Amino acid sequence: MTMDTVWLDVGAVDDIPSQSARIVKTQKGCIALFRTADDKVFALNDRCPHKGGPLSQGIVHGTSVTCPLHNMVFSLETGDALGPDEARVATFAVKVENGRIMLDASSFASRKDAA
Amino acid sequence: MTEKLVVVGNGMAPGRALEKLFEMAPGKYDVTIFNAEPRTNYDRILLSPVLSGEKTYEDIVIHGDAWYQEHGVTLHKGRKVNAIDRLTKTVTAEDGTTAQYDKLLIATGSVPFIVPVPGKDLAGVLTYRDLDDVEAMLVAAEQGGSAVVIGGGLLGLEAAAGLAMRGMDVTVLHLMPTLMERQLDTTAGNLLKRAIEARGIKVITKANTKEILGTAPNGAPPRVRAILLDDGTEIPANIVVMAAGIRPSAGLAKEAGIETNRGIVVNDRMVTSDPDIYAVGECVEFDGNVYGLVAPLYEQAGIAAKGLAGEDTKGFVDKALATKLKVTGVDLYSAGDFAEGEDREEIVLRDATNGLYKRLILQDNKVIGVVMFGDTSDSGWFFQLIKDGTDISEMRDTLIFGPAYAGGAALDPTAAVAALPDDAEICGCNGVCKGTIVNAIGAKNLTSLDDVRAHTKASASCGTCTGLVEQLLTLTLGDSYNPNAVKPMCGCTDLSHGDVRRLIVAKELKTIPDLMQELEWKSSGGCAKCRPALNYYLLSTWPGEYVDDGQSRFINERVHANIQKDGTYSVVPRMWGGVTTPDELRAIADVADKFKIPTVKCTGGQRIDLLGVKKEDLPAVWSDLNAAGMVSGHAYAKGLRTVKTCVGTDWCRFGTQDSTGLGIKLEKFLWGSWTPAKVKLAVSGCPRNCAEATCKDIGVICVDSGYEIHFAGAAGLDIKGTELLCHVKTEEEAIEVIGALTQLYREQGHYLERIYKWRARVGMESIQATVVEDLPRRKELYEAFVYSQKFSQKDPWAERAKDHVDAHEFAPIADLTSMEAAE
Repeated sequence: MTMDTVWLDVGAVDDIPSQSARIVKTQKGCIALFRTADDKVFALNDRCPHKGGPLSQGIVHGTSVTCPLHNMVFSLETGDALGPDEARVATFAVKVENGRIMLDASSFASRKDAA
Repeated sequence: MTEKLVVVGNGMAPGRALEKLFEMAPGKYDVTIFNAEPRTNYDRILLSPVLSGEKTYEDIVIHGDAWYQEHGVTLHKGRKVNAIDRLTKTVTAEDGTTAQYDKLLIATGSVPFIVPVPGKDLAGVLTYRDLDDVEAMLVAAEQGGSAVVIGGGLLGLEAAAGLAMRGMDVTVLHLMPTLMERQLDTTAGNLLKRAIEARGIKVITKANTKEILGTAPNGAPPRVRAILLDDGTEIPANIVVMAAGIRPSAGLAKEAGIETNRGIVVNDRMVTSDPDIYAVGECVEFDGNVYGLVAPLYEQAGIAAKGLAGEDTKGFVDKALATKLKVTGVDLYSAGDFAEGEDREEIVLRDATNGLYKRLILQDNKVIGVVMFGDTSDSGWFFQLIKDGTDISEMRDTLIFGPAYAGGAALDPTAAVAALPDDAEICGCNGVCKGTIVNAIGAKNLTSLDDVRAHTKASASCGTCTGLVEQLLTLTLGDSYNPNAVKPMCGCTDLSHGDVRRLIVAKELKTIPDLMQELEWKSSGGCAKCRPALNYYLLSTWPGEYVDDGQSRFINERVHANIQKDGTYSVVPRMWGGVTTPDELRAIADVADKFKIPTVKCTGGQRIDLLGVKKEDLPAVWSDLNAAGMVSGHAYAKGLRTVKTCVGTDWCRFGTQDSTGLGIKLEKFLWGSWTPAKVKLAVSGCPRNCAEATCKDIGVICVDSGYEIHFAGAAGLDIKGTELLCHVKTEEEAIEVIGALTQLYREQGHYLERIYKWRARVGMESIQATVVEDLPRRKELYEAFVYSQKFSQKDPWAERAKDHVDAHEFAPIADLTSMEAAE
């Protein structure tokens, strides 16, 4: 990544109910923002590498999410599939400041800059 | 560069070859398969359990459509190749489809041998090779009557047992004096004959079929009616199954100029006389031998895959083969060579009373053959002695008693498996040896049979080695493995579903966090398996008190629609009792137009499904449906789904009661309730049962004297007719019984356990005693149900469309698609 981080305020932590997810629409597809029971926020590509299931619709448990289509489980921290499956979902840098969610938009903004 | 691999045939051998090839050299080939059968690859060994009803077709599928897609394979289903042009390297199918190849794999399998007698082409003369044959037999079996099976070998006996289990009157004709004479000696053949006859099947040996007799052709095409033997015996037959052996199907290869004999001739690398053409399976001939059992075919598949992947490999060798008969309740095993001879000795153990027979054939102090009947538990050990050529002179005295005595003192049964070397083959179908299984158990922390199946494939095909795999689990894990142990809910706890339900009541646990704290959950926040279960248990135990946790529900129940493969949703409005109106239909049509809903389809539950609705459109779609008076059909819920009805006394000349009216009353009474798994009902107005009530969770059959209440049917993964719970005289009583039954299920059922499985677990007697015989208890259950319904009969669609419940579900948190402006 040569791009510098571009922090973008995409909403408040409280806009996401505990143990669930909301999506951010981008031109590159949807990004799922997850909020865990202890109010940590994670950002993952909203597409299961198995069959394209929307991970934002899955059940959030601990720091994992279970895909709603075929129950593949992913770590929200690393994007890696857990259990015997081998797969990975892209993750995006995200941080919480004063209750606001800051998402690193460099990866999807850079594409547009290039375009 | 990607090369083109064309495969002719889609049976188990080429399926296995491709699996191995994709593992070793993913992306090396662009693969096209021609399958003469109109389906994907399935486990042909397991056709017998499908015929007998012990398994369904879905159970035996090896590769579903998804597998082909995943590996970019073009599968031409139902297209039979009829020409190979080796000059242009092209194959052509009957319908004109062609494909070019760099490498070709021929796996055309075998064809049944048709006994050449007059009448062999009559309607009703069947063979036993593929699923179409099984389906034809099942259709015939439904009519009942008599079946004659020609051939008393492995296939013939399995077909006979299956047809007998389906209720047909079966006779097996066998040309030779004893059954399965190629695999068994005379004694074992006779014991087998007795065991088969004990199942109500007639066996005639030395039976030479002279002619198959047909019906007199007066208009209708002639059908088989009987078999005539050359001694003049005539045996009536509604169907005749030819199972007299198979012949390699080598015609296609022969016409293409490839060297063939009985089968397609291959070398030990499975290459034919054309170096670009491989062949595997029942169509090949190696060293003068042809093969029909799965183990050598899988070995061939592995060798061909390595060749195709460009890897060097050990060549194929002709080895001793073992046979096991898959007829439930008949234990029979044979392996190796058991003909008598000058230089051979034998050890025989016979216990006629217990139907036990074991015979070992020895040559030069080595075991070369084994036949076992009645108890085959040591078969793996003996087979290993044959394969290894072990010198048995030291243990000869106790050899016949098996590995438990081989060391002198008696050992426990698991010792038989413990004594096997690491390279002993446990699963013959998939070629998995003991070492592989033991290593996988250790390295991957496998703790159950299902784990072993998932990681090693052992016991995942025909399942006859399940006992051995379980013994390996016991051996490796010690006492921590107990096959009969109560299964924990999930990895987050050691407690079973039953334990958790009991403790919720006993400890008055009322929230998920409290429960996890109190019951010492091992994970923080549970998992996708336990959370929905806990949410249901708390909701059904504490109605009106427990606050539903949406985040512990599967997406469908959280957004009240069914997620589809592309992330869109389907919407099914309720149609009470399957009755609708022109206004409702107009509103559905308008919604479909307005929101450009791509598919409108009738469901199996007498209502209409709108498929392909975008998530953000859901509230607006519901709003329009609500405006026309429609509410959620809960087609997504572990709860009441539908109540199907027939038109009953309203219209039908046979109707005995108002089945439509009762169905609507039941649906209005039960809708909205959450249950352990989905609940589907039907009410039929007479025993003709047009509403198909006898395969439902709960079904009512109206009769002149009142209402028969049935339950515990299934028509999904399992198929099972309902059982009669009771007969009542009035509608009110019917509704009370059904309410009480539903409540008892809600209180006792394990999450995702359908009513028929709950009934199997708790037993008919306890259910009948509670909801039929104990009237005060019935009333109590009924009232508990009525109480909980007070909190559940709110239309979830209206709550979301009008009152904006869970609005966060239906809108993105941010839309950055126009971000150029923001940058």
